[in-house]
Amino acid sequence: MAELTKAPEKTSMKTKSAKSKRSRRESSLWWMYLPSVLIVVLFIVYPFIDGIRISFTNWNGFSQTYDYIGLDQYKRMFADPDTWLVVKNTLLYGIGSTILQNIVGLGYALLLNHNLKVRSFTRTVIYLPVIISPLIMGYIWYFFFAYQGGALNDIFLLFGKEPINALGNPAVNPYIIVFVNTFQFVGIAMIIYLAGLQSISKDYYEAANIDGATGWQKFKNITIPLLMPSITINMVLNIIGGLKLFDVIVALTNGGPGNASQSMSTFMYNLYFARQDAGYAATQGVLMAIIILVISMAALIYFKRKEVEA
Amino acid sequence: MEQISSRTKWLLTGLALVITLFHLVPFYILITTSLKKVGDFTSKWAFPTTFDTENFALAWEQANLGNAFINTAIITICAAVLLIFFGSMAAYALARRTTKLNKYVYMLFVGVMVIPPLTALVPLYRLVVDVGLMNTHLVAILNNVAAFMPLTIFLYAGFIRSTIPKELEEAARIDGASTLGVFFRIVFPLLKPITATVLIISSVYIWNDYQFAIFFLQDSSVQTLTVALAGFFGQNSSQLNLVAAAALMASLPMVIVFLFLQRFFIEGLAAGSVKG
Repeated sequence: MAELTKAPEKTSMKTKSAKSKRSRRESSLWWMYLPSVLIVVLFIVYPFIDGIRISFTNWNGFSQTYDYIGLDQYKRMFADPDTWLVVKNTLLYGIGSTILQNIVGLGYALLLNHNLKVRSFTRTVIYLPVIISPLIMGYIWYFFFAYQGGALNDIFLLFGKEPINALGNPAVNPYIIVFVNTFQFVGIAMIIYLAGLQSISKDYYEAANIDGATGWQKFKNITIPLLMPSITINMVLNIIGGLKLFDVIVALTNGGPGNASQSMSTFMYNLYFARQDAGYAATQGVLMAIIILVISMAALIYFKRKEVEA
Repeated sequence: MEQISSRTKWLLTGLALVITLFHLVPFYILITTSLKKVGDFTSKWAFPTTFDTENFALAWEQANLGNAFINTAIITICAAVLLIFFGSMAAYALARRTTKLNKYVYMLFVGVMVIPPLTALVPLYRLVVDVGLMNTHLVAILNNVAAFMPLTIFLYAGFIRSTIPKELEEAARIDGASTLGVFFRIVFPLLKPITATVLIISSVYIWNDYQFAIFFLQDSSVQTLTVALAGFFGQNSSQLNLVAAAALMASLPMVIVFLFLQRFFIEGLAAGSVKG
């Protein structure tokens, strides 16, 4: 975030001395951004703020009247064991996918940074799922993991083993969701790391070779520090994507069994549409916004600081 | 890229091929499943013995995919055009005029990027019902425009600041061109590379969108591909062959676009990440 808000200041600093008097006389050209502001306020800012208000009510989502009940929904939320299950899953999806996508994505990038014949073909295949709907990607993997007639169980049957119900097993299915999300978006991490690797000058490695550095030393002392900007982008992109996960869960488990694999997004959706519990859904929405905001800001600040050190 | 021995090169090529095969597995299973007759319970790994397009015809009709294709195309095209038109114009004003008001407005857009869109679901749903936009293309278009506007403005503003020389516009203004004229005749054509990036990123996401479409487009006449597919899966979870055929057809247009314009997809992302 710090980086995003700093950008406009930087340019204004540069031009300030020469242009400050003139730009103050110039108009803001506000009519050029008015349509964009209106649409963003109407569809994002207003509903977001109104959601906070609704979180203090017992609204059911359709009736015209409802009561303000103070902090009752918040008390209910903190006492609800489902809340903590769902928060735990959301963190698992966010942090698990982030770790996996970055390790695998960096590994793929290091491999494809060599001049191999199959390089562009491999890159295309790994990136392909990125452009497919996450919902459809979920269905495709459903064909693999399904209890009846799934490809995984076809292997088990071939070896005379009992078929397993991986998607119906709450101890396993959150990890399958992390795996599918990683499979789908690891291509983005790979491309960003490849671009980062190609921007590192060869001179560093040549100097290290003269000093007799080992491969691991070069990786640790040259590659990783110079790759820090790419690491920041990937970490922040993946964690936000993982915390907001929705489609893949709907396709693979629909949040089940029970609420076992529910994320905050799917949980909210069920509260509102299936259980007509709009006030409570809004309260869960507030918690989700806070969690996503805090974690993505923390990740951004942490990795930005690392960049400076490096 | 370091010099490596030819033996290492063969090993790495082998490794890359194994990884490629692994990533092709789900697509292989999708294709074999879609080609097998309903009631064919042979292993998913076995290639079908007969080629049959019956599944595709059945799925196309039952899932109402023709209609869904038209809806998805209308929503994606309209939203992308509006995003590019309003987004580039807004970014131009915000990048070129650094008044106090404009700084706050820019901060608003950047701040909105961190709000998770789903958290506004409850009131947004009510708002859409109240203004009578439920089950219309318009609500899906506007909602997608709102969701991508901050990123669009961020990308355009960065590009305008770093690559478009001010002298060009000043020269045109001396010739008496209006602000809008300067923008559309001189600046906008120079924004082509970033317009391509915005067009690709937003089209892919809007084409594939499910989480908003499922809220606002429940009526079958306005359903997009993902909503139609989810409904179809719900009715046919025991006939995966049909679901596979429908999933394949729904993904194909974007896959084809990707294979032809791959360069733009990958270069846009790479350039954006190195700069950012």
